[in-house]
Amino acid sequence: MLRLLARGSGHHGLTEIADSLGLARGTAHGILRTLQRVEFVEQDHTTGRYRLGAALLHLGTSYLDANELRSRSINWADTLAARSGQEVRIGMHHDGAVLVVHHVFRPDDSVQTLGIGAMLPLHATALGKVLLAYDPDLSAAARRRELTSLTRRTITRTQMLERVLTEVRGQGWAGEAEEYMPGEASIAAPIRIPGGLVIGAIGISGAADRLCDSTGRPRATLVRQVVQAAESVTTSLVDEN
Amino acid sequence: MAIDQGTTSTRCIVFDQNARLVAVAQREHRQYHPRPGWVEQDAVEIWRNVDRIVPQALRQAGISADQVVAMGITNQRETFVLWDRHTGVPIGRAIVWEDIRTEDLVTELGKKQGIEEVRDRCGLPLATYFSAPSLRWMLDNVAGLRAKADRGDVLFGTMDTWLIWNLTGGVSGGLHVTDVTNASRTMLMNLSTRQWDPMLLEFFGVPSSMLPEIRPSSEINGRTTRVVPGIPITAALGDQHAALFGQTCFEKGSIKGTYGTGGFLLMNTGTELVRSKHGLLTTIGYQIGGEPTYALEGSIAVAGSLVQWFRDNLGLIHSAPEIETLARTVKDNGGCYIVPAFSGLFAPHWLSQARGLVVGLTSYINKGHLARAVLEATGWQTREVVDAMNADLGVPTPVLKVDGGMTADHLLMQFLADVLDIPVMRPLVAETVSLGAAYAAGLAAGYWPDLEGLRRNWHLAARWNPAMDARHREDEYANWKRAVELTFAWARSTPSN
Repeated sequence: MLRLLARGSGHHGLTEIADSLGLARGTAHGILRTLQRVEFVEQDHTTGRYRLGAALLHLGTSYLDANELRSRSINWADTLAARSGQEVRIGMHHDGAVLVVHHVFRPDDSVQTLGIGAMLPLHATALGKVLLAYDPDLSAAARRRELTSLTRRTITRTQMLERVLTEVRGQGWAGEAEEYMPGEASIAAPIRIPGGLVIGAIGISGAADRLCDSTGRPRATLVRQVVQAAESVTTSLVDEN
Repeated sequence: MAIDQGTTSTRCIVFDQNARLVAVAQREHRQYHPRPGWVEQDAVEIWRNVDRIVPQALRQAGISADQVVAMGITNQRETFVLWDRHTGVPIGRAIVWEDIRTEDLVTELGKKQGIEEVRDRCGLPLATYFSAPSLRWMLDNVAGLRAKADRGDVLFGTMDTWLIWNLTGGVSGGLHVTDVTNASRTMLMNLSTRQWDPMLLEFFGVPSSMLPEIRPSSEINGRTTRVVPGIPITAALGDQHAALFGQTCFEKGSIKGTYGTGGFLLMNTGTELVRSKHGLLTTIGYQIGGEPTYALEGSIAVAGSLVQWFRDNLGLIHSAPEIETLARTVKDNGGCYIVPAFSGLFAPHWLSQARGLVVGLTSYINKGHLARAVLEATGWQTREVVDAMNADLGVPTPVLKVDGGMTADHLLMQFLADVLDIPVMRPLVAETVSLGAAYAAGLAAGYWPDLEGLRRNWHLAARWNPAMDARHREDEYANWKRAVELTFAWARSTPSN
C-alpha cells in the first residue's frame, strides 16, 4: 500500500487502492486507518484521497521521544534501583554519545547529583555498548573513530570492540568493569519499541566489587534484574502503542 | 496490602516489609455524566472490582490471605454513597467530588445564618466539592429518602466506609465506620472534637443516624468476611492524607505535593490546629493512636490536565510527556504566561468566577513558549500555595517531597525547585498513596515498629536543587501575580447569571 502511494500521482481513493492491490474494500480501509493512526498515510479532507504521511519522512530520526521514554519507564527504573540497590540510568543515542534521559539515585540516601542530560561515551559504558551492539550504523561510525582511552581497561581496539558487541547481541545484555572509571562497573540491557528496534538502554552502575563476582564477571542476579527491567519497559511500550 | 479506591480506578497493591511493591492489580470503573456538571459512579461496580482485584493481587504475589499482615483502605475523598441498611443496595449512584450540581444550593446555604460558624467548626469553606451539600441535595431531591433516613434505614458512607462495610459482612454485621481524615472532608465533622458536630448536622439538615462512627486512621479494627476472608482491616485514610503519610511527612512543617490531573499540597502542622489566614483548608493529616496530626491543604485544580488540554484541545503534542521536548526548544517563556483558571481558581484565591487566560502574546511567541508557560503554571501555582502555608505556620518549609505522574517531567521538577528556592525530592516508591495506607495498616498491626521504622524505608530517587537567580525569580513571580490579577478582572467584567 505504501509502495502504491509512493508511486505516480501519489493520490488515490479507497476503491483504487483496494482494486490495485486485490484487497477487499473493508480490508484496505482497515489497513489505511492503521497507517493513518501512525501517520504513515494522510487523507485529503476535500477529495477523501489518500497520500503518504509526514511521519514517513521522519522514520529514521524520531523513534520515541526521550521524555516519553522517561515517563513510561519511571516505575520500572525505580523497581530496578530498589531491587539491585544500585543507581539506574536510561540512555539513548545522541550525537555520537549516550544521552542520559533518566537517572534514579542509589537508594542508600548518600548525597548524589541528578545526572539527567549528561553525555557518556558509547564504547566505555554498558549503556553505550548496548546502543552500539544493536545499531549497525552507529557501530560502523565508532569503528572509524579513535576509541578514547579513559582508564587502563577501556577498549581502544576496534576488533576487540567488535568481539564484545557480538557477545552483547548473543547474550542480550552488556557489562563493563573499570572501563569508564576506576573502581566502577555497569550492566545494561536493550529497550525495544514494537517491531524489535532498540531505541535505548536501561542499566545499573556502582562499585565494581558490588556488581561483579571474584572473577570480574557481572553478578548473575544483577544481570537478571537489569534484563527483567528492560523487558518490562519494552512491554510497557507495546501496551500503550 | 493497600486498596486504593481512586476517582477513575481501584487498585490493590501488596508491599513487603522494606516497602517494596510486590503485586499490583487494577480495574477501572465507569463515570456517569447524566447532566452537565453531574458526575456519578456505581458503588456496586466499585465493590465488584474490589472483589476481583484482591484475589488477583494475592495470586500475583504468590501468597495466601493468612500471609497478609493487614489491609489499609485509601480512597478518593468527598465522594459518597447512600445505601439501604437492610438490603445493602445503594440508593442512586455515588456522587463524586467533581460534581457541581449543588452550585445553587451552595449559594443559598452561604446566605444562611451560622455560615461563619460552619467554617470555624469544620475548617472548610462552603463548596460543591465537599460531601455535605451533595448529601443535603439527595435528601431534598430523592423521593421518600428523608423519611427513610429519619427512620434510620439509610446509611451514608465515603468510599472507605462503603468498602469496609461490605468487606466486613455487609447486611450481616458489616462495620459502619470511617476514619478522621475522610470525615474531615464532609463538612460535618468538628475539627476539635473529631466527632460529628450537632450544629453542622443541623445546618445541613443531616440526620445523625445515617452517619458512620469516626475512628482514628489506624483503629479501624475490622476483619474481612467476604472477598478473601480473614484479613485484618486496620487502617483507612483519604488519598491525599495517605500520600502525606506515605511520603513520611511526619515533622511539623513538612510538605508533600502530588502532581496528577490536579496538584494537591498538604503540610503537616503537628498537633496544632492551624486556621488558615491565607486561603488554605484545615484538615486532619492523619491520626495514629490517640492524638491527631493536623494539616493545611492547598489544591491546584488544573496541573496535569493543562498538559492534556494542550495535547487534546490544541493538538500541539501527541503525548503528554512531549510537552517537555517542546518546552526545551526555547530557553524561556518569551514573556508569555498561562493562568489555567478553567473552572475558577482554587487555593489560595478561591475565586470560582475566574476564567483562564494567556497573556504576553507577541509575534515572537511560538508553541515552545506556550509549552513552557503550561509547565510554569504548575510551578507558580505551587509557589502561591507554599507561600500561604509558610505564612500560616510562620516557618518556611525546607524541602518539597513530590509524587504523581508529573514527577517524570524533569523540566517541571527543576522549575519547581527554582521558583520555590528549596530542594524538590522524589522518593523511590512512586505509589505513595497506597504505601501510606499500607504503612498505617502495618503500623496498627505491629508489622512496623514506629514512625522511625517507616522513615528508614523512604529512599531518595531524585533531587532537584534550586538554581535560578533570585532577581529573575522575583521578576517572574511578579509577572505571574499580575497575570492572576487579570483573571479576577476578567471575572468581574463578565456578567454572571
